[in-house]
Amino acid sequence: MDQLLNDFSPGLFFMQAIILLILIVLMRKFAWKPILDSLQTREDGIKDALDAAQNAKLELENLQADNEKLLQEARVERETLLKDARDIKTKMIEDAKGEAESQANKMIEQAQAAIESEKKTAMVELKKQVADLSLEIAEKMVRKELSSNDKQLELVETMLSEKSLN
Amino acid sequence: MLVKQTTKFIAILVLLMTSVSSFANTQEHGNQHDEQGNKVDSPEEIKDYIAHHLKDSHDFHLYTNNETGKHVGFPLPVIVWTSEGLKTFMSSEFHHDDNGQVIVEKGGVKLTKIHSKIYELEAGAEAVAFDDHHHAENAHKVLDFSITKSVFGMLLTGVLMLLMFVSLARAYKKGPIPTGVSRALEPLVIYVRDEIARPNIGEKKYRKFMSFLLTVFFFIWILNLLGLTPFGFNVTGQIAVTACLAIFTLVIYMFSGSKDFWAHTLWMPGVPVILRPILAVIELVGFILIKPFSLLVRLFANITAGHFVVMSLIALMITMKQAFGPVASTGMSLVLSLFIMVIEILVAFLQAFIFTMLSSLFIGMAVEEHDHH
Repeated sequence: MDQLLNDFSPGLFFMQAIILLILIVLMRKFAWKPILDSLQTREDGIKDALDAAQNAKLELENLQADNEKLLQEARVERETLLKDARDIKTKMIEDAKGEAESQANKMIEQAQAAIESEKKTAMVELKKQVADLSLEIAEKMVRKELSSNDKQLELVETMLSEKSLN
Repeated sequence: MLVKQTTKFIAILVLLMTSVSSFANTQEHGNQHDEQGNKVDSPEEIKDYIAHHLKDSHDFHLYTNNETGKHVGFPLPVIVWTSEGLKTFMSSEFHHDDNGQVIVEKGGVKLTKIHSKIYELEAGAEAVAFDDHHHAENAHKVLDFSITKSVFGMLLTGVLMLLMFVSLARAYKKGPIPTGVSRALEPLVIYVRDEIARPNIGEKKYRKFMSFLLTVFFFIWILNLLGLTPFGFNVTGQIAVTACLAIFTLVIYMFSGSKDFWAHTLWMPGVPVILRPILAVIELVGFILIKPFSLLVRLFANITAGHFVVMSLIALMITMKQAFGPVASTGMSLVLSLFIMVIEILVAFLQAFIFTMLSSLFIGMAVEEHDHH
């Protein structure tokens, strides 16, 4: 202890105090403050970046979930649309078929009616022609027959007889 | 970074090994010419040599060629406060005398150097008279503000620190991640901040004390490491230096003590009133005396012991030469001192760490705020 006290140099103590004080002040101003500030800034930056990355990841996940949902919805809609389209198609075909059939039926009917009426007209015409022809023939025959009196009488006779028979 | 640190480590190791071997060379060389010169080769001389090294000195002395009496090194300025006022001169004026033989006269005062201390001779005295215990009888110590080897070491460390950390601070201007040497320094700063200051002082208040803690940490560490180089600094082994560091810590935690801290120290709640003054005394003694004392003694003793052990182990090659022969004693000395050197590198860091750690712990105790009452 005596040795220690003897070795203790007040001058050195004083010099050390001065040097340390100056060193602390200088280091504080030129080194520690800028270093610690930069470290703080950098760490905050890293933390912010990490948070941002985390947020971005979450957002991306949300977005992906949304996308998935949208896709699902789109798929469902497509299914519905396709089903609707198919239904419409079937219905249209069906309708067209019905329409065509009815149209055809109508047309057939019309055709038949037309044929019928044509037929009727033709018959009437034919009858008229036949009647005319017969009349002509009859006229010719009658004229020829009745060129002689005998024959006229004979005819009258016949006719009368026929009449009586009725 | 790892590569850089490894190369650094190897560089330090090489430096240490060369220092050990250079010591060995001079010692052996000295031994061969025993009868010619005044060598440091007897146990007493070795003991004196070590004791001399552990003390501060007024010149930067690397080694002495005893054959020619030539000292290698350079003088440092002596600044003393004498009865006649401030006197300054170069330490070379003492001509390496350390026993009060050379007397320097400066403006009416006679100064001499005894065991690394500067004495002023009393008026009328022409030579130093010693008593039986080799204490000067007619001279007294003067206030010595010399740039001694320790002060020189501290200045060197200060310059080194400024160079290193100002460059680190500058590195951040170029980008968020420093390059080069700064890259190795940055983790150390972060280490002090995150492992020492933050957990002990607390998230809210640690920043205020960072300048002190970082400065002290690197100051002690670099000085410890300088002490392991062949230049033979023993700055952190000077009790005045460690005392100053401890008193800085004391002043800081005493002046930043919170209301809770003083309440707990001076009037401890929750104990019988009659015990409170006794506890207050115990607490105060603890904070004002015991804690700084433990700080200063721990650092001083560890570094001094380290230097002592390394030097004694190097000296083994001389002291053991008689018993084991030159080869065995040199080999043993080399292996042991290398081993202790490696441990000392660890101790250099450890003591800086412990000092900073305990300082921040004490500061943490002082600034703590209790919220339970």
